[in-house]
Amino acid sequence: MFRLEVRTSTPAWFNLALPLLAVGATLVLCSGLIALAGAGVLEAYGVMFTASFGDSYAITETLVRAAPIIFTGLAVAVAFRAKFWNIGAEGQLLAGAVASCFVGAIPMPGVLAILLMAIAGAAAGAAVALVPATLRVKFKVDDVVSSLLLNSVIYYALMALIEGPWKDSFSGYPISPPIEDSASFPVLLEGTRLHLGVIAALIAAPLIWFLIVRTTLGFRIRVTGESPEAARYGGIHVERVLISTALLSGALAGLAGVGEVGGVHFQVMSDISPGYGYSGIVVAMLARLNPLGVVPAAIFLAAVMTGAEAMSRATGVPAFLSDVIQGTALLAMLVALLFTAYRIRRVGAAA
Amino acid sequence: MSAVFEQIFQVGFLAAIIRIATPLAFATLGEMFSERAGVLNLGIEGIMLLCAMTGFTAASLSGSLWLGIVAAVLTGMAMGALHALFTVALGLSQHVCGIGVTLFSSGLAYFLYRLIFGQQSVPPSIKGFQTVPIPILSDIPVLGPAVFNQFALVYMAIIAIPLAAFVLYRTPWGLSVRMVGENPRAADSAGVSVMATRFQAVILGGALMGLAGAFLTMAQFNAFTFGVVSGRGWVAIALVVFGRWDPWRSAGAALLFAFVDALQLRMQASGLGHIPYEAFLMLPFIFTIVAMAVMSRNAVAPSALLKPFRREER
Repeated sequence: MFRLEVRTSTPAWFNLALPLLAVGATLVLCSGLIALAGAGVLEAYGVMFTASFGDSYAITETLVRAAPIIFTGLAVAVAFRAKFWNIGAEGQLLAGAVASCFVGAIPMPGVLAILLMAIAGAAAGAAVALVPATLRVKFKVDDVVSSLLLNSVIYYALMALIEGPWKDSFSGYPISPPIEDSASFPVLLEGTRLHLGVIAALIAAPLIWFLIVRTTLGFRIRVTGESPEAARYGGIHVERVLISTALLSGALAGLAGVGEVGGVHFQVMSDISPGYGYSGIVVAMLARLNPLGVVPAAIFLAAVMTGAEAMSRATGVPAFLSDVIQGTALLAMLVALLFTAYRIRRVGAAA
Repeated sequence: MSAVFEQIFQVGFLAAIIRIATPLAFATLGEMFSERAGVLNLGIEGIMLLCAMTGFTAASLSGSLWLGIVAAVLTGMAMGALHALFTVALGLSQHVCGIGVTLFSSGLAYFLYRLIFGQQSVPPSIKGFQTVPIPILSDIPVLGPAVFNQFALVYMAIIAIPLAAFVLYRTPWGLSVRMVGENPRAADSAGVSVMATRFQAVILGGALMGLAGAFLTMAQFNAFTFGVVSGRGWVAIALVVFGRWDPWRSAGAALLFAFVDALQLRMQASGLGHIPYEAFLMLPFIFTIVAMAVMSRNAVAPSALLKPFRREER
């Protein structure tokens, strides 16, 4: 007989073991779909791996893809730490993209342009995240639903812009005018797309980790998330912490949009984010809300996305496998997290 | 100005409202059952997409539209059961699971569709449901041709609304659903199985989401495209809140949204729009967010929404 027993503490190696378990389970489960498509499982995964890590160019492409997911992953991780349920990283990303595109289209010296784009994008994302946070603090409105619904509002606002005032009057395409050449992010490696935003994402992760683990604000965020009553008792202004968390989270998601405009697309279109905001939730959960863990988790998802296209070309397995992997990984991780709350104990023999 | 009104408000306009409202009514009722039992199902967007795909595929391969409906409903029930397994049986966080279910089901829908139909320049289509005029009733001026000359699925939706209200408010099972959503501890003491009731409500909700998805690919568009659902699941989430978790009000909210949507389509078509049509599409979301603030959501929402129930934790 086995029995579930409530766990009081979790060993540190769980932080590494659980995501690996979840990813492993995901790859095994999804191999069924590869077999269904009539391809060799190992061959398909092999092609995916080579296409995303096989040479230095492939690695830079994977990193470029990972950058926005690192930012949205950090945004979600910070928010969930305070139990501010920000499902709105997608909308905050789009707001950041639109704001930075506005700024980037104004002629000015490059360094200034990039700086102002980042500030504008972060501010726009923060402003969007402020809405569900304020509604929760002032009116006790559930933040899950309000932040989710805002995604649609922001999406339609973006569509109204690119099909209205921003519409390319020459070609008639619903795309924004491009940003100035001087405002596009410098490329760090000749012949690749490895832009400044990628480095910013890689630096942001340890900075956010430091903020959460070593600063007063981080302490307040953690206590508010773990026990709001204890936080209040300890003199922490919980409402203020939730607002600060929302601003920080929204700003990070906004920066994801800035990087896509400044470093990848140089303009805004309707599909500028293929769901990076939702990928952020996957990544944050895989990382167990640890900002440092967000980086490898985001690189994993990015590798799956870039690898899936090559796999599709080589084996005929639809590239949408990457979407299935993403969803399965999130669900598998949630199940794996049960091991942190419970342990399985063998209690005697049945007879 | 009156000419404009005449152009906009015709029989065709009324019929369009009913058609737009139908999938929303199914989806909203489905989400409502789930939430009344205490389970938020954010998987709705993906479940609708997957059901739209399986329904279309089954109909296309078998040649039978009703077999497609069965496939879509079964798919919805299976995905409902999956969401319930995670959130009810395992007690995992409902919102994150819901996003997981949406990501998983939409990914699966895209993958299987591409696998079965390949990449075609023109998406394959089927001969979808045809309108069935109801004798006598369809002869009523204006209302008749708009409401009583519709697809069979539209009639099902019209019947589903009072039926849902009856089931929720007048049957023992409906009482159990409301109890486990409001106070699972008390329901448990009264001998109601919280887990079984929640499972049943989420699975029923999934079946209704299946009908919503099936309507899109088998009556409205007669083809499956990757954007066929395009946020209708999120609209349903908003409509449930806006309709205060009540079948009649939720259906009314669906009708109201359908009116706004139909109006927006007309204005776009007639070239009258100085207002961008996106402004209309935003409305249900903005209204709902404002409504949540005004009515202070927690007062009317099922008390146990988002809260897993574990019997041993007293």
